[in-house]
Amino acid sequence: MLDDVKHIILVLSGKGGVGKSTVSTQLALTMKEKGHKVGLLDIDLCGPSVPYLLQLESHDVHQADGGWVPVYTDESQSLAVMSIGFLLNDRNTAVVWRGPKKTAMVKQFLTDVCWGNLDYLIIDTPPGTSDEHITVMENLKSVKLDGAIIVTTPQQVSTEDVRKEITFCKKTGIPILGIIENMSGFVCPHCSDCTNIFSKGGGESLSEMNKIPFLGTLPIDPRIGQLLGKACVKELPDSTSAKVFCEIVKQISETT
Amino acid sequence: MSTGTVLPNEAPEHCPGVNSESAGKASACAGCPNQNICSEPKGPDPGIQLVKERLSEVTNKILVLSGKGGVGKSTVTALLSRTLAADDSERNVAVLDIDICGPSQPRVLGVADEQVHQSGSGWSPVYVEDNLSVMSIGFLLGSPDDAIIWRGPKKNGMIRQFLSEVDWGKLDFLLIDTPPGTSDEHLSAVTYLSKAGLSGAIIVTTPQEVALLDVRKEIDFCRKVNVEILGVIENMSSFICPNCDKSSEIFPVTTGGARKMCEDLRVPFLGSLPLDPRIARCCDEGRDFITELPDSPALKASSEIVKRVLESCKQQKQ
Repeated sequence: MLDDVKHIILVLSGKGGVGKSTVSTQLALTMKEKGHKVGLLDIDLCGPSVPYLLQLESHDVHQADGGWVPVYTDESQSLAVMSIGFLLNDRNTAVVWRGPKKTAMVKQFLTDVCWGNLDYLIIDTPPGTSDEHITVMENLKSVKLDGAIIVTTPQQVSTEDVRKEITFCKKTGIPILGIIENMSGFVCPHCSDCTNIFSKGGGESLSEMNKIPFLGTLPIDPRIGQLLGKACVKELPDSTSAKVFCEIVKQISETT
Repeated sequence: MSTGTVLPNEAPEHCPGVNSESAGKASACAGCPNQNICSEPKGPDPGIQLVKERLSEVTNKILVLSGKGGVGKSTVTALLSRTLAADDSERNVAVLDIDICGPSQPRVLGVADEQVHQSGSGWSPVYVEDNLSVMSIGFLLGSPDDAIIWRGPKKNGMIRQFLSEVDWGKLDFLLIDTPPGTSDEHLSAVTYLSKAGLSGAIIVTTPQEVALLDVRKEIDFCRKVNVEILGVIENMSSFICPNCDKSSEIFPVTTGGARKMCEDLRVPFLGSLPLDPRIARCCDEGRDFITELPDSPALKASSEIVKRVLESCKQQKQ
């Protein structure tokens, strides 16, 4: 199923709520704006955020002869999305599954979706280093997994968990494409003073310590969270975030 | 073969049936791939009884949950436990961190370099204050870089050990900090605590819809597994700029926030905690924010929340 996919990129973080899904969706949208054909696979089974962030919650996945047909964001069909969110009838229902069922679902997502021709497949993951991650790693090792992008916020409570994720990648032989530091500083809309709510520089020092490329620093910009399906590079082209996303996509296309 | 015996597919010849006394032990079972599963003891997990005995002297057992990661479960757990412990020196409080892949309590409570000791009566927790103790897998790791790459069953075993083998002594409150999601850790904790008398769950969220979306699932989880919801705490509600003292929203409310969600789903709302970067810094460095930042608006809000938690725990007992 992944034969016609040129590049596969994992978005990982040991820590939850650091912005993995926001980064994944914006990366996918940025790549789409640059003219690439992109797929976005959400393997966070207990807390799928991608359908909401792309405003695709009411869409259904269809079964075809070849497998599951992903949901496309628009008629150009240049961004294909798959998430367990599309398979649930009610958005409030909990998926209360232990490991083996999650493993089976993730496997199905990796083997049964008709992505077609893709330049990039981005895989958004849940926090941690457990069933979902082990399954993806085992199933993609033989395929061309280009590597992982690691997202963190600057404070130590977060980088401490992210260090564990880096160890996971090293132990399992997943190359790390780089680290993104999200929620770096908040510019007060009243006085334009920048406060580092969650400290600063944690991601950068993590990358130096582990000799991993540093991809960029994203500030806290409440507008980004409200874009809901629109590309930051198109809607807010002058924002710092848009520039950082462009830069990251450029770096990815050079290294992969 | 008598009626009533359950035979698996492709059972070996003379299979005694998976429910029989000799399952896994009969001579026909030798070499059968299911032998290990069949020979395990039947009936409910003996861990449930062990946990009940171990926690018999713990008055209130509270789960801190959230479907979403990074909303501040660990910070809120630390805030509540420190407030509970500081309010009354006679009150014994403990925190159990069952986030196996990303333990944060050792750092947040400022005991990151401590080790856990084993004694005849079980594992001794690490003491933060005279009346505040903590247990976490973080204490068992050699280095902060060590990753726990475990699938569900191993995490299950660890949680069982934490619940049944830690020597807490007599406790008024045990707060259990969980990882995000509705999966192995949560099911294990709820199962093992099923006979021990769980007081209920406190659910933590942030105001934006993308967090509420996952938190609604957690509320659904609590209802499915019959865990009482003590209430919802909204964290990072507003940010007060240290430069101009004006408030702004970092995670904007677009769908009414936690209060509206509580009304919709008919669960108690315990209160909002403002985002105070100084608290975040204290947690990073493991310092005691109660003595260092007595004027913090977050601490004022948390003591109100603690009052409500005490109230609902009291009601639970009646």
